[in-house]
Formats: sequence, C-alpha cells, structure tokens
Amino acid sequence: MKRQFDTEVKQYTLSLLVRDIPGVLSQVSRLFSRKGYNIESIASGETNDPGITRITIVILGDELMIDQIAAQCRKLLPVLSVKVLDAQSSIQREFALIKVLAKDPSTRGEVLQMADIFRANVIDVSRETLTVAVFGDSDKTTAFQKLLRDFGILEVVRTGTIAIERGRSTIYEQTKLKEEYSYGKNVL
Amino acid sequence: MKQTISVLVENQAGVLNRITGLFARRAFNIESLAVGTTEDPTISRITIIVDSGNSVMEQVEKQLNKLVDVIKVRTIEESRLIGRELVLIKVNATNKTRQDIMTICELMGARVADISPHSLTLELSDTPERIATFEAMLRPFSIMELVRTGVIALHKGGGKI
Amino acid sequence: MKIRATQAIIECLLEQEVDTVFGYPGGTILNVYDELYNYRDKITHILTAHEQGAAHAADGYARSTGKVGVCFATSGPGATNLTTGIATAYMDSSPVVFITCNVTEPLLGKDSFQEVDITGIAMPITKATYLVRDAQSIPDIMRQAFAVAATGRPGPVLIDFLKNVTAPSEMIEYEFIPWYENRTWGSVRELNQSHGLKAPDPDPEDIDILVEMIRQAERPFLICGGGVVRGRADKEFLEFAGRMDCPVAITVMGGGGFPGSHPLTTGMIGMHGSEASNTACSECDLLIAVGCRFSDRVALDPASFASQAKIVQIDIDRAEIDKNVLTDHHIIGNAHRVLELLNGKIGQYSHPEWKERILSLRKRRCAEEEGRLTPQQVLDVIRRMAPEDAIVATDVGQNQMWTIQYFHFDYPGQLLTSGGFGTMGFGLGAAIGAKMGNPDKVVIHTTGDGCFRMNCHELTTVEHYHLPIISVVFNNGTLGMVRQWQNLIYHQRYSETTLDRGPDFVKLAEAYGLRGKRVRNVEEMREAMAEALSCGCGYVIDCMLDIDEMVRPMVPGGAHITDFLVK
Repeated sequence: MKRQFDTEVKQYTLSLLVRDIPGVLSQVSRLFSRKGYNIESIASGETNDPGITRITIVILGDELMIDQIAAQCRKLLPVLSVKVLDAQSSIQREFALIKVLAKDPSTRGEVLQMADIFRANVIDVSRETLTVAVFGDSDKTTAFQKLLRDFGILEVVRTGTIAIERGRSTIYEQTKLKEEYSYGKNVL
Repeated sequence: MKQTISVLVENQAGVLNRITGLFARRAFNIESLAVGTTEDPTISRITIIVDSGNSVMEQVEKQLNKLVDVIKVRTIEESRLIGRELVLIKVNATNKTRQDIMTICELMGARVADISPHSLTLELSDTPERIATFEAMLRPFSIMELVRTGVIALHKGGGKI
Repeated sequence: MKIRATQAIIECLLEQEVDTVFGYPGGTILNVYDELYNYRDKITHILTAHEQGAAHAADGYARSTGKVGVCFATSGPGATNLTTGIATAYMDSSPVVFITCNVTEPLLGKDSFQEVDITGIAMPITKATYLVRDAQSIPDIMRQAFAVAATGRPGPVLIDFLKNVTAPSEMIEYEFIPWYENRTWGSVRELNQSHGLKAPDPDPEDIDILVEMIRQAERPFLICGGGVVRGRADKEFLEFAGRMDCPVAITVMGGGGFPGSHPLTTGMIGMHGSEASNTACSECDLLIAVGCRFSDRVALDPASFASQAKIVQIDIDRAEIDKNVLTDHHIIGNAHRVLELLNGKIGQYSHPEWKERILSLRKRRCAEEEGRLTPQQVLDVIRRMAPEDAIVATDVGQNQMWTIQYFHFDYPGQLLTSGGFGTMGFGLGAAIGAKMGNPDKVVIHTTGDGCFRMNCHELTTVEHYHLPIISVVFNNGTLGMVRQWQNLIYHQRYSETTLDRGPDFVKLAEAYGLRGKRVRNVEEMREAMAEALSCGCGYVIDCMLDIDEMVRPMVPGGAHITDFLVK
C-alpha cells in the first residue's frame, strides 16, 4: 500500500535543534526557498544548552511536503533533531510588541483597558504613544492588534511562533510524535 | 558587542535566505532571529541580534539595504531599545516541588501554559536578562526543554522604523 | 607533534591514502601549493587547463576507482569555476573533496580581490561546506570532510581555508591517524552519533515484507540505479536478478551495475529507454528499484509510472523515499547489504511467460547500413576492438544516449557519465581522472562536437601527462539532442543549434601534440581505432555523421512511459 498522505494544506510547525554555528540558519532557510516554500514564521533562540539553538518554523503545506522537508532538514550536518508538532498536542505562542498612538487621557485609558483584557503589559510610555507587549497564540495577538488599529498603530514587531509539546514529552526524546518518525532511519 | 537590527522585508520565499547568507558570508554568528508579520501582511519584520564590532555592522547594514526585497534597515542603539523575548520552559514538577515553582512564577510574572502530573510548562515574556534569571532559578528543578522566540525590539518613545 | 598548518592539510590527505590530486593554483592557495612541493614524491598533482576540468577529473577519478577524489582551486574565479563540477558530482552522488582557499580573515566579506563566498555558493550543491578560520581545527575538519564525502550516500564536500590559516607561521598540534581509525574518533565520532554516517542495517521486518511481496508477484521487474554502482553492489544485484528471473533495466546512472550482456537485461529505462524496459515498467505487478530516485528522466509522469505495480524503493537516503514517485514499500540501507539479506531469504523463482513477453520486445538492431556512417557502427567498432574492460566516459546529449544504448557495461565504474546534472564537457575531464586512477585500462571518451568544444582545452593535460585517451567525436555538425527536440516538437525550427563551424578537430589534436583522424565510413573507423589503440598517445577520432541522426526511441518529458514519440 502506498502511504496515505493528508493532502489538506494547513499550518505545520517544525521544531529543529541545531548546533549554533555561523551559517546554520542560512542552511536551513535555503532548503525552503529552494522549493519555493514561503515560511509563515521562523523563530530562532538559544536553549538551556549552550551552543544549541532551537529553530521553530511555521509553514503552510500538505503532509507529503512536510515529510520531505523534514527529511531534508535532518540531513544537514548542524541539525541534531527535527520534530513536527501539531496544534492539538503542542502549545504555540507568539509574542508581539505594538506601539500605538494615545495622545489624550481618554484613549490612553481605553488602550489600557484593552491591554488588561488581553493580559498585555504596557512596557513603555511617551507623551503620545504607548508600547504594549502581548503574547498568546497567533489568533490572540492578531485579535489584539486588530482592536488597537482604530487608535492608530505606529509599529508592530512580532516574533515567529514557538511551540512546545504538551505534557512530559520533549524534542530530546526518541518517542516520535508522528508515525513517519518511527522509522527515523537517518543517514546523511 | 551585541547589536540589534530591525529589517523590514517583502514577505517572499527566499528573503530570509538572502539575509542570513549575508551574515554567514562574514562568518557572523546570529545569536537570535525573529521573523513575524507586521500590520501589513505583505511585509515582515526581522529582528536579528549579532555579536560583532560597530564598523562591520555598518557594512552589513549597507549590504542589507541593497537587497531588492529589503524595505528598511535600522540598527537600534542599546540606550533606546525595548527588547523583549518570549520563552516557554518545561520543567520537572512533582507534588512536592510544584508550589515552589509557582512561587517563582509569581515573583517573575510568568504564567503556566500547561500542566501534567510530572511537568509544568511556563511562559514568560520579558527582557533577555530577566529571562536568564528566570531560567537560572528554575534550573534546580531540572529543565526538560526550553524554547525562545528570539528578541524583538522597538525604539523607546514615539519614533518608528 | 607540532607541524605547520599546511603540512597538516597534506598529512590529512595522506591519512586518507590520497595519492593523486587535481587542481589549479592561485594567490590565496599558494601556501598549500608550497607545502605540496615538499610532498611531490608522495602526491601526484595534475595541473589541468581549467578548474572545471580539474573538478571533473577528480569526479571521474572517484567514480572509476570508488575512492574519494580530491581537487584544489584558489579563491574567487578559481572557486566559482569549480561549481559546475561540484554540482555534477552532487547530482550523481560522487565523493569528491574540494579544497579552496579564501582571502585572509580581515579581508573577508569586503569584496576583496578574488574573494567570493564559495561556502555559501556551494551550499546547495554539496553534502557539507566548511569555512576554516582556525588552524587548530584543520585535522578535525579534514577528517570529517572525508568521512562525510565517502560514507552514507556519497557526495562532494567543500573546505574553504582562509589564507591566514595556511600561513607558514601557523603551527598546530597534529598526530597522524589513518582513516580507518579516525572514522571512530573525535569529531567524526560525534558526527556519527548525531547523524549516522553509515547506512543503518536494513530493518529485518522490511526485508520480510519484500520477501513476501516477491513471493506473490507474477510479473516482477527490477531497476538497477546509480546506488548499485556507487555502493559497488553489482555481485549481489546479479545474484538477486538471477534468483528473481525477471527483466532488469538500468538507469543512466546504473550503467555497469548489471552486465549489459546478461540475458535478462532490457537496457535503459526512461525517456530514451528501450521498448522492452518501458513496457515492462507499465505492465509489471512488482517494481523493485535499487538505488534509484525516479528522476523525471526515468519516471517521466510520476502519476502513471508503473501504475499496475506495487513499487518498492531500496535506497540509502531516507529523503529519497516518496520524493518523486510514491512507493508501496521501501527499505533504507546500503544496496549491497539489503541485497545480501534478500538473497539469503528468497529462493529461485521462474517467470518464463512474463520474461518471454518482455524480452521478445528487444530488437536486434542492424548495424550494417550501407553508405553513411552511423553512431551504432562507430560504437560497434569500438566495442569489438577495445578491450572488454575499457572505461568509457561520455559527454551529454545524443553521444551519451547512443553510448549507453549500444555499449555493454559490465562493472561499476566502467561508465562515467553526467546523468543527473547533464554537464556538457564532463567527459574529457572525467576520462583524465579515470586514466589517472586506472593506468592499466584503456579509457575512451565519447563526445559530440558541441560537448567537445566546451572543454577540449584539456587535451593539453592529456598531452602533458602522456595519457593515451581516445576521444571519439560524434560530429554531426549540430547540437544533436536539442535539434532532435526541435525536429520532433518545435516543427523543425532549428534555432541556434547548427554548429557549422571550426575548428578542425584533427588539426586541433595535432596542435595539442596529439594525433587524430577523420572517418566517414566503417572501414576508416576500424583503421582509426587500431591506430588509436596502438599509438600510445591521446587520439581524436572525428566521426562524420548525418545531421539528422536521432536517438531512438524517445518518450517526451512528462508523458506516459510507453507513449513513444519515435520508436
């Protein structure tokens, strides 16, 4: 039987552990651009292990495509581990800083109220602006951003999505999330 | 010296590759990198932190500016920088230790994102320094896994990129 | 022991038992060449006319010997001239270590003279690239590079040394460790743990499933791919095919993996595959492909490829599974090991009717045509007169397809051809490398007038090093393969493919100090071949062919495998 791949195009999250050496991001991102895939978001940050970076990539695609790209990623020398995480079994978070116009006290009050509802923090105030920090899944940050639009957004910076599995399992374990990784027979 | 660069780019396949290639070519190690969309969905903002000298950075900034897909580049000075990062930390937690961990969370303003019989997953958004402190305080409980978004940054006050 | 950094580079080559390198010196790699001067009794350096020739030569050396090829070049244009050669090696999984040098650290990334980001450029066409900025890391990186190039699915690796790293004043701690020991040592060991350099042992369960599939099959069909050649699994494959008693096709890269004279062979499969191979593919009920990635030139239309069959892929590279054609079953492992295990588990099968159905489609082509000289006649003469084990390096296009169709290849490394990348001008360089690696064998280079013109300057290398390579030019005065497409698909609009121009290849050979002969019929071809085999120097045979000579059969790209455009 040919393997059945889910042909629905949806968001997949790839988690990669890589050695922190010059050019590693370039090596990883090249794999995606070569195939003409547009990365929805990418976030790269240190882990608790010095010298090891974790890259989280969110990409739109079907299962076969994700399977292929994960296999290609795994072949890169600095890549130590690759895991595909899905929305149900992982926690996905995104973080945004939004600078919004708030010239008079009444708008400032409104912004503060909204920030409160979204559990966002005000981290900087100037005479004419407020800078708020909000995090959550990307729906939440997007919703918050939409609400603030009416006041006039000066600037938005968002991190890419990061993800971590729910419960005890981690990227370090060999217990793979999905069936295809049960044959993690991995050769260069 | 650590440098924070914000880059506005067209949201297209291969842009990230070109940008990371510029750093790789000079053998610069990217310490953290975050890409996200802006208020305009066709434009992404990339925040990069690298460890390097001032003069070389200026060069990189110029080279970045030359890329067709790059709309704007800005190096943010240390003093005018609001840098924040989000971290997810999964830590071992038993009935005995759970309360201690929660206390640390409260002190640091972190939240609990997920809970299981043997672990807690915590989330905290803050400056890289405060996150390092948080990580250090959790270390005795044994950290199972840790993911950071990479730092994103804005200018203090009213200015924009 | 403290030694110079450059000395460590060369010593690391000796660790790997490298005795021949190909290359071209220049400003930034001067220090390495200076060191090479001290080692000239241990390492032979072949100076080519152009870096691309050196890259192809190292590649040809690797393909024909099974060892790792080594190629040197300087920074900037030296390095970029390698790129076509690197890509050629990458697409055909040939193990070559490319060594380039770059400007000094302070000049890096400043558009300095002859500076280029070659590690960045080569990233998509190598298994790995290394930028060496610290002399202390030289032994580690060199050992890692060779291990990466040679193990698993082989392929090219590039090491770029900054010039300051190779400075004569750079001294490093070094200890000679032979390759078979250093593969389980230091950074190579680490790499092995994280990535598994060698292929894993095939999963016994996977083997059992295939054994059962074979038992149920009525019309099995085998494809011998490049993996059989690279993995030198020809003996195991031969035994396997014998047990299966079914038709066997080769891919372009699989030439030499299965004897061309074997009664079960149906020849090439794919775009210019034989009617027997392509029919077998569409009628079989079990297709087993060994070391084959089902490239578009083989599968043509992935959706309808072997649609009646269960498809089984045996490959060393996990990332190849289900990449081009969806498979029903796969086994990951070295071709050699997988086939060995399979042979131990399957009995002798017999498929007389199925065999008869397919093998009867093979045509005995008539070689003796009156009047004009045909490509088949040329190749028949070569096959009859040259020793059976002669190595053949082809270029790309019609000459390549004819060579593979009409010549029999019996062992891995006998056919050297750029199957994946299709690099025109590959042949002469590869022939030079093959001759260096196999001084006792006759090396024949088949080429077209278009391909030959691209890298014929390497005739100077042939002459200087006294390499008796026979270049057979299929001179039809056109870019034959492109013209064939223009003829069949583009309504005879021959746009820029007619090569009605010089030089006179016989005079060109003479100008390089070699010999040559122009031939117009079989008789002249025989004479030329006899002279070429006995003269002891490089020889160019300029075969005058008809401009409308075609490669038959042909299936257009993307079509169903049996929809022949011409038979």
